[in-house]
Amino acid sequence: MEKALKRYSPFFVLPTLLAFLIGFVIPFAEGLYLSFCQFTTVGNAKWVGLSNYKKIFSDASFIHSFKFTVAFAVVAIILINVIAFGLALLLTRNLRGTNVFRTVFFMPNLIGGIVLGYIWQILINCVLAQVAQPLLALNSSAGYWGLIILMCWQQVGYMMIIYIAGLQNIPDDLIEAASIDGASSWTTLWRVKLPMVMPSITICVFLTLTNSFKLFDQNLALTGGDPNHFTEMLALNIYQTFYARAGMQWKGLGQAKAVLFCLLVIVISVLQLRATRSKEVQQ
Amino acid sequence: MKLKKLMALALSGVMAVSVLAGCGSGGTKGSGDSGDKQAVGDASKGSVYYLNFKPEQDEAWQKLAKTYTEETGIEATVVTAASGNYETTLMSEMGKSGAPTLFQVNGPVGLANWKDYCYDLSGTEVYSQLTSDSYALKDGDVVHGIAYVIESYGIIVNKALLDKAGYSIDDIKSFDDLKKISEDITARSAELGFAAFTSAGMDGSSDWRFKTHLANLPIYFEYQDEGIGSTDAIKGTYLDNYRNIWDLYINNSTCAPKELAAKTGDDSRNEFLDQKAVFFQNGSWEYANLVGDGKFTDDDLAMIPIYIGAGDEASQGLCTGTENYWCVNSQADENDIAATLDFINWCVTSEQGTKAMSEDMGFVIPFKQAQESPNLFVKQDAEMTEAGKTPVSWNFTTMPSEEWKNGVGSALTAYAADQSDANWDAVVSAFVDGWATEYQLANG
Repeated sequence: MEKALKRYSPFFVLPTLLAFLIGFVIPFAEGLYLSFCQFTTVGNAKWVGLSNYKKIFSDASFIHSFKFTVAFAVVAIILINVIAFGLALLLTRNLRGTNVFRTVFFMPNLIGGIVLGYIWQILINCVLAQVAQPLLALNSSAGYWGLIILMCWQQVGYMMIIYIAGLQNIPDDLIEAASIDGASSWTTLWRVKLPMVMPSITICVFLTLTNSFKLFDQNLALTGGDPNHFTEMLALNIYQTFYARAGMQWKGLGQAKAVLFCLLVIVISVLQLRATRSKEVQQ
Repeated sequence: MKLKKLMALALSGVMAVSVLAGCGSGGTKGSGDSGDKQAVGDASKGSVYYLNFKPEQDEAWQKLAKTYTEETGIEATVVTAASGNYETTLMSEMGKSGAPTLFQVNGPVGLANWKDYCYDLSGTEVYSQLTSDSYALKDGDVVHGIAYVIESYGIIVNKALLDKAGYSIDDIKSFDDLKKISEDITARSAELGFAAFTSAGMDGSSDWRFKTHLANLPIYFEYQDEGIGSTDAIKGTYLDNYRNIWDLYINNSTCAPKELAAKTGDDSRNEFLDQKAVFFQNGSWEYANLVGDGKFTDDDLAMIPIYIGAGDEASQGLCTGTENYWCVNSQADENDIAATLDFINWCVTSEQGTKAMSEDMGFVIPFKQAQESPNLFVKQDAEMTEAGKTPVSWNFTTMPSEEWKNGVGSALTAYAADQSDANWDAVVSAFVDGWATEYQLANG
């Protein structure tokens, strides 16, 4: 059996490998090549070397959106994970209606980002109009917090499910042993439960981190970068570089930004995976 | 083992997220589903693939293409890009084999992207059919594109409401008249039950009416003064007039100026349809949305020029021009180019073609065989021109970039919420300094 599997494995891997090549490796390589070019369509690109990359660092808007993205990501990651973990703790306590609540919290995840963005835009604008504050298009702090609220609302339910799975995986005898040893519920949480759900934390932080950095739809729909590019995150900045100005020099620049962006996300998430992995314990 | 299960759960989670993300971001491509359809007819005859810009006319184009195919046996495919996604769709379509043979650019600035793809139309039959050379997009002797529709915009007036307020359109001959009447309506709005202007919404669906179309007027008058047709640095001579008309729009509207930041194009149109305002700045393309069952009739409406208190107001006409230029893909197969030239020529000269373009699409086409359009606003434009008024040309096609428009739009929105001099200075800066910077970035 084992032998047969080994012999045929290339055959079974082939479809996925092909899909991976066509859907990822080839476009990625082409994208990398295009970032060194000027082009209008991908078919006729002109090699210009590193000049696109040089331009990135003199582009103030890119640097601003990087800072804004980091500021957003830090707060969003902390809030989403803390709230999701809190909800998971609550909803693993055998309360009545647990399943209903789990479903309710998970729901927002099933709605697309653009739709959510517009819904929250209407909601937030209504609230701002009621309290006589400038509307979203003019209000950079409302834009920032609006994005955070929106992301929390969308992602908390999802992370909660992963945390619930993690919490339910903790063997009951461990908790029991802790309580026999006289550990308070607080100590149990910190010393037993948290270390035991470390794998879930790794996954959840990874997901929220990459999602926050790659955020596009919600950003486009909720604020569109207003006021004056202040709430423009990296992905939207790249999009705007591509389409807000005419001329082939912008396309290459946008492509170079995209490559840099991709590297950035990879590096940050690898660092994060390493850091949280090292805290995981074996059962 | 449990850890493994958890990993499996987490991984399937990641997959689900990426599936959802895929739905979210890549949702809007062409609205036509025949995106990749290749011509099936005889290859030597060539085929036509038109990437259409105007979603409103999609159905009419599909019908016309079908008629053409039936009549000549030449395959003609029309695909319409989703609203607001023309450049993105065009970029990806042009990169494919079987790229569009016919596409459009919005003027000199849009042309910058696509110059290398434009077939020189000088000497073609369709070019000779143009009623005026000014409708061609030229670079020296090379004709890159030709306009296929002429549109007008101005202030659309609900005549019945204006009458109720005690005025008629003959009373509005200048900016001062417009200001006097609007402010009078605002003063009596509680008693009258309507406002002067529909909301000048600055949402993305509506802000082009002000950051692009209204901004055309100060640019037009400056170009007239200087005797130029485009510039690398605008002076902003008429920006005070721009401020006056903007003040008039936002302070005599259906809603508080602060709320304008979130008002949409639909809001504005609905207010006009619901008889909540007398004036509505928009163009001839709105005709189909305003006239029809349960809406207005031709007798209820009129379009007047946008007076800003500059130039010779007595002879100012509607803003008339085009930002729709047909370009033929020079990198397409030779047979396809020939077929495409035949197709557009047929559209603007044949009985069916001109009829479809005027009646089904409601276009006024700048070609010799054009048929009269039933569009009221278009007729009014012709009447005004006949009466000796000079149409205001569309100079916003020379605005340096989308980015420039966005900058002006942002500043206008901020000014609407807080009408201080400092905020107006920001508009001026976005207008004047922004122009120079953006021009440099685009052409430097």
